[in-house]
This record gives sequence, C-alpha cells and structure tokens, in this order.
Amino acid sequence: MTRTQELLLALLGAVLLLALAWAVPWLRFVLTVALAKSLAVFGILLLLRAGQVSFGHALYLALAAYTAAFTAMLIPEALILLPVAAIASALVGLVVGLFVVRYREIFFGMLNLALSMVFYSLLEKFYSITHGTDGMRLPPLRFAGIPLEGEFQGWVLLILAVVLALGFGALVRIYLASPMGQALAGIKTRETRLEFLGVPARRVLLAAYVLAALMAGCGGAVLAMTTRLVTPALAYWTASGELVFIAILGGAGSVFGPVIGAVAFELTRVYAAALVADAWQLILGSVLLLVILFAPGGLWGMGKALLSRRKIA
Amino acid sequence: MQKVTPGAALAPAVPSSTISRRGALQAALGIGSLALTGRSASAQGAGQKPAEIKVGIATFLSGSSSVFGVPGKQAAELLFDQLNEQGGIAGVKLRPIFIDEGPGVDHFTGEYRRLVQSENVQLIFAGISSADCLACAPLSEEMKRPTILWDCGTQRVFEEGKYSYAYRTQANATPEVLAPLLYLLKSKPDFRSVAVMNQDYAWGRDSWDIFRTGLNALKPGVRVAAELFPRFGATDFSTEVTRLLALRPDVIFSTTWGGELDAFIRQSADRKLFERSTFVIPLAESSLERVGKALPAGHIIGARGDHWFLHPSPRDPALLAKFTEDYRKRFNVYPIYSTHHMFQAVSAMKAAYEKAMAAKGGAWPNDAELAAAFRGLTFPSLTSSVTIREDGQGLENQLIGTSMHTDKYNFAVMTDMMSFPAEMITTPVGQKSIDWLKTLKPDMLDKLPATVPYKP
Repeated sequence: MTRTQELLLALLGAVLLLALAWAVPWLRFVLTVALAKSLAVFGILLLLRAGQVSFGHALYLALAAYTAAFTAMLIPEALILLPVAAIASALVGLVVGLFVVRYREIFFGMLNLALSMVFYSLLEKFYSITHGTDGMRLPPLRFAGIPLEGEFQGWVLLILAVVLALGFGALVRIYLASPMGQALAGIKTRETRLEFLGVPARRVLLAAYVLAALMAGCGGAVLAMTTRLVTPALAYWTASGELVFIAILGGAGSVFGPVIGAVAFELTRVYAAALVADAWQLILGSVLLLVILFAPGGLWGMGKALLSRRKIA
Repeated sequence: MQKVTPGAALAPAVPSSTISRRGALQAALGIGSLALTGRSASAQGAGQKPAEIKVGIATFLSGSSSVFGVPGKQAAELLFDQLNEQGGIAGVKLRPIFIDEGPGVDHFTGEYRRLVQSENVQLIFAGISSADCLACAPLSEEMKRPTILWDCGTQRVFEEGKYSYAYRTQANATPEVLAPLLYLLKSKPDFRSVAVMNQDYAWGRDSWDIFRTGLNALKPGVRVAAELFPRFGATDFSTEVTRLLALRPDVIFSTTWGGELDAFIRQSADRKLFERSTFVIPLAESSLERVGKALPAGHIIGARGDHWFLHPSPRDPALLAKFTEDYRKRFNVYPIYSTHHMFQAVSAMKAAYEKAMAAKGGAWPNDAELAAAFRGLTFPSLTSSVTIREDGQGLENQLIGTSMHTDKYNFAVMTDMMSFPAEMITTPVGQKSIDWLKTLKPDMLDKLPATVPYKP
C-alpha cells in the first residue's frame, strides 16, 4: 500500500465515522469514546513495537482526565484543557519512564500496572478532594469561547477526536518509519546489537514512552470532556487491559489497528449489551477469543487478507 | 531483520490499489445503509399517544452490586407484567428495556444516549450506582427525557445541581444514616465509644461522614475507637474483627452491604463480636435472609427507607402482602429494599402520567409536561406514600428496628420498630447535608415516634 493510498484510506475512514455518527446520533458519543481510547492505544502500539506491553497505560488516560477535571474548575476552555492535560500526562510519563524503561517484558508490564493501581488508590483515598468512586463532574465547557452544549458539543468533540486520531496516526506512522521507530523494533529483536550500533536503547524506549503518555493524555482529555464525569475506574487495571485488548483486536501491525480495534470494541460492547443485557460479557469475550484464535493479525490483518485473496480470485 | 515500516510490512504481495478502494467503498455503502435505519428515532415530545411506553431501566446485572440490581430487575418484570395485565397506563402497554450498570459510568452514559436516541424510550429509571446518577442527572437535562433516580443514595445530586427532568423517588443517604443514628441515641443513650467498619469507596466514606457529623451535634464527646475502611470487595475481615474485639467499642457502625456484609456478619458472629458491641447496620435488611440466624438478636438494622415485608403499619396491608406473596412465588426469596424502590419508581411513573393527563384534559403529555408532573407528586409506596419535593428529592419515611429471632422465620426479624417521618430527618431544600447536620439539637430525640414491637 502506497503512502497516498494510506492517506486516502485514513481520510475515507474519517468520513465514514462522521457519516455513521450523523446517521445514528447516539453513536456519536460511543465513537468519540472509542477514538479517545484509540489515542491511548497508539501508545500501546509504539511500545508493542519494542516488544513491551504496558498493563498500566490507563494511568495516563486517567491522569489527563483528572487534570482536565481539575483545570476545568478554573478554566473551562476545551482548547486549553487538551494541551494542559496532555502535557501533564507527558511530564509524568517522563518521570515514570526514567525508571520503568530500565525493565523489560513482564517487569515492565507489572511496574506500569503497579503504578496505575497506586494512582487508582490515591484517587480513591483522597476522598475529600476527588469524591472517590462517585467521581468528579466537569463544569459546562467552552470551545474557543463558544459554550459547548447539546448537539454542538457532540460534534465538536467527535471532530476533535477524529482530527487527533488522524494527526497522531500520521505521527506514529512517520515515527515508526524513522530511525527512532526502527530502533524500537531493534529492542524487540536483540537489544545488545542496538547498543553495539551506538544507539542507547533506554533513550529510544523513553522517547516512545513519553510520546505514548502524551497521546494517552490527549485521549484522556477528550474522554473527560465527552463523558464530563471522571471516576477512578479509568485508572483501574481492567481499563489498561482493555487498551491492550484493543491493540490486539485491531492488529498491532498498522496504525489503522488501534482505531479499527477501538471502534470495533466499543460497537461490539454496545450492541452486545443492547442484545442481551445480562450476558453481554459472553458475546464480547467470544468475539475477542475468535479474533485471537483465528486472526492473529487482528481486524486490520483480517481485512487485508480478505482483500488480497479477492484480488487473486 | 524484518522491515518494519507499518504499511509496507502488511502490504499484500500483489498490488491491490483498485480492489482496496472498491472494497472500502462497498463497506461504506453497507455501513451507510445499515446506519440510516437508525436515524428514524425522532418526533419525541410531540405529545402523541405512543403504541407502547418504553422504559429504560439501568440496574446492576453483573458485579457485586447485582445483589440489589437483580432483585430490582425481577421486581420490575413482575410490576410491568401486572400493570400490563390491568391494561397499562391509559390503555398503553409498557415495555421495560434493561441495561447493565456493571461496566461503569462511561458505558452507562453511552447506553443512556442509546436508550433515548435509538430506542426512543419515554422514561428512564437510572441507577443504583451514585456515580451513574451524578452522570445522568445533567444528561437528562440535555436530552430532555424524564429520568427517575430509582435507587442511588448520594445526597449530592440535588444539593449540588438543579434539574427539571430528573427526580428521585426515594430518600437519600442523609435520612438513611440519620435515622439509625437517632434510633441508637434513643435506644442505647449511654454508649461512650463508636467504631466504624465501612467499605472503602464513596458510600462508605459519605455515610460515615454523615453519621459522625450527626453524632457530634447530638451527643458530643463520643470517642471514635477506630475507623476501619477495608478495601471494596474484601472477603476476609479477620483483621478488622480482631481489632474491634481488642478495642471493645460500645457501638460498631457499618453501612457495608451485599456479600461483604454477609461475610462480616458471619465472621463477627463466629468470633462473638456481637456479644461485646452493639452493631448499627443500616443496610442489614437486604442480607437478613442470606445470613440466617448468624445475625443475633439485639442489633440495630435498617432498610434504606420504610421497606420491610413485615412492616408493622403499612398503608395498605393487602397490597404489601400481595406483593410479597407474588414476588416470593415467582422468585422464591423475600423481597428486599431494592424491590420496594422499584415499586416506588413504577408507582411514581403511573401517578405522574395520570397527573399530567388530568392537567391536559385527558390528552397525552409530552416530555416536558410529564417531567413537570413529577414535581410535588405524591404517590403510594408499598408501605406508605412518598412525596417529591420542589428540588426533585423524594421524601420517604425510614423504618429502623432491632433484630430478634422467632421460630416462624429462619432468619432475624425486626422488633421495636420506629418509623421516622421523612420531614424530620431529611435535609431541607437548598441546604447541604453536612451543614444541616451540624445544626441538629439533642432535643430532637424527644420528638421521636414510639416503637412498635414485632407482631407474629
């Protein structure tokens, strides 16, 4: 697939999503949430390229969401909340990254998990500040000074999410093709060789980690502005597991994977819940299991395989 | 080493430019045609009589809170069936659509939108979880759809916001905790120390805050022996029981519920903690049948309202008896408080429709007219009646009693019951609960109602 084709496909996907949101108004919210999560999954994708799985990536999503909630009490302006939350998330990502990049594989995953659970507990324990599990409400927001209300809010946030997903998708695509991205794959294959080439593996991983935190931060800010209620559940380990799941579901081979995975995940969950309110977990689980068993390349890989087979036929 | 450029790595062996584009277009058409069927939901609020009244009901169908959620759902099924047998509301049949609160508040808000915009429900009953209620009250305002907060407890909803589409058909945390406190002060006035053992989440913290504030106002100088907040979902309370045995507080307050309360009661009973301290357990009614006689006599129990299948003075004894009997026959357990809350939501819905139609001369009300009918509405509950105040909060009495054992039931029942009138224990409109609790005076205890013993 050439670069132009990828670009066309991405734009087509964006138009499709917007058309779907127009056709089915209640899906606007679900799609915005899905895209917000896909921003965090881009980070999982980066780390997966280095062979590292973070089981605590939801930490950055939740951190940004809470940063947005606290900042919104002072400045309820979406265009300020987004960068503030993203930068806060990236800064924490830098500090945490400085020591987690010393670890690999299971230790990397578990350390991240532990930190996200520490943050979860803090949100719960500082009850008088965060209202614990009841969560914090965001006040009504503005976008470039215009109050965000009703339909307008839904569209603004969805378009914002689409733009962010396109932008970060392109960035990740370029990043992975660059020497920094190629070095990530080097960490996965044989880290020692990378060091012999004079490339510091930790710094390569740290850069990816901070970028991942930044993207999750953007996702968290969009999520907070969309649901307008943030709860500690955002930082719980199951939320991180969900992100890893989306990455696998969509396919870790391409930047299209996270978006396809997130949209498919949210839609499956919503439709399964609508179909059978008390056994939706069964449907969701079966779908994910089938994908893992029969389509190891994820939905993206499956789609590609289908298209190429038809061409041969 | 494999080449890792993402596009290149996955590109099929054969160039597929035309196919991928055509495939994508076909997919687009497919999704588009599917999606357009969903855009039919509109024309709401016109005030036409619908073919059926769809009611979205959010309840816990998975997770630990399903101990309340599933009985709530069962009660809704029973009540909607009975209502439909009687011809529905003004000849229109009703259909409940259940959604699960289990996956959390993000999922719930998405489901709320789906119920309104896709299923086009007339009303929504939302929420056992307080977080869900806090999230959906502003949403009801935005979507202009009448919403009944049917079970959640947080007092913050109406103290921190004003809504014209969201109403609560039961009490909130403040009266639910203040009533057992008053009962304790009246029945055991000489206690000197208290310990708390609550789940570590919003309700556990909030309820202790209410209890402690009320206690400081009504009986200052009580020593707090311990504040124990084991993690939410804990199953082993041996550490807590050991500490409570060692500290010997006169009173142990616990708003724990569900499986955790069952475990705490059983573990306390095994180690004779009940013999050393008086327990105040405001949510014990929902665990009575499960723990059986492990809960000894002489401890203070409540039911988040005046809910009790053996209520000493129900407004309509036949109604309560019939509901209890029907529910038992169908589900083989005694109804607990969440089934009463569901009854109240259904009862309020029926009364509001009737009120709104009467005001419109028999014509079908639109959303705004239906929502407005809830304000100031008085509707029957299973045991008395509930009135919705001007701020949307329901005024509901509270029944508190002391546990006792009889031969008739193989679990503890309530005796020396006190039914607290709602006005006395509910935070007045426009005030914050914690500030109001600080203004309480000990002479309040002289005005309490008389106790009623258990009648076999």
